[in-house]
Amino acid sequence: MKELSLNILDIAQNSIKANAAHVTIRLTQRENWLTIEIADDGTGMSPDFAQHAANPFTTTRTTRKVGMGLPLFRMAAEQTGGSFSLVSHQALRESDAHGTTVTATFDTAHVDCEPLGDITETILTLIQGNPDLSLTYVYQTEAGELRLSTDEMREILGEDVPLNSPEVLAWAREFLNGEE
Amino acid sequence: MKSLQELAEIRERSKSKVALREGHNDIRIVVGMATCGIAAGARPVLSALVEEVEKQGVSERATVSQTGCIGICRLEPIVEVFESGKEKVTYVKMTPEKAKQVVSEHIKGGKPVYEYTIGEK
Repeated sequence: MKELSLNILDIAQNSIKANAAHVTIRLTQRENWLTIEIADDGTGMSPDFAQHAANPFTTTRTTRKVGMGLPLFRMAAEQTGGSFSLVSHQALRESDAHGTTVTATFDTAHVDCEPLGDITETILTLIQGNPDLSLTYVYQTEAGELRLSTDEMREILGEDVPLNSPEVLAWAREFLNGEE
Repeated sequence: MKSLQELAEIRERSKSKVALREGHNDIRIVVGMATCGIAAGARPVLSALVEEVEKQGVSERATVSQTGCIGICRLEPIVEVFESGKEKVTYVKMTPEKAKQVVSEHIKGGKPVYEYTIGEK
């Protein structure tokens, strides 16, 4: 991937495919370390699948036998000297918590660190394709915090205006880009 | 900084528009957004399609949606156009510029841009 924001879009698509109702994308920048966390409440993976999920030869794809999403994200982190982890739970009973959290850290000062790229477009793409998803996006730096919750947006917009209507997407683009 | 309150204004404005939005939405434009599509540049293609459908005034007839892997990853980004009563048109190796042209010539004008379709490469 050319940008970490594309990896984030790709990993979040896994959450959506796992039938997540809520997805949290959290970016935290402290000095030269960027932590990216994508957490969902989807169906989760079996312990065996989770253990091998970041291996290219593990996939849920039916089009072919390799899956590159998690391996590419892992490689992007590790090539900067950062780390990658995946924690996943499947519910055995209906009341059990379930879902998957993928966390990767990046040394943004490392020469092999991909740029973050256009994270706004990633968030907008997720809203456009999944207007009913509960998505929380948090970007925290030492200067402050940018936060967008589609639940809060929906609360104000009501039932009549879908989150992927052009006006709402235009508002979200300006909000995320910090425009006046 | 934009405020959430502006969404309330969008909601108010939309109320007056609901009556006008009686479109048929009989054209579906679908973009492959699996790892292969994303890596090949599907995200800017999708956003160009969303923007052009609105800008060129065809949002009453056409919707843009996302799907997983279409199965021919070396030709990504792939865009499929489904129209009721017509055969599916598959565009391959798409770019935002080509997407703009597809909206104006195919979606608006009714003539598929054959040079970007899968049979023509």
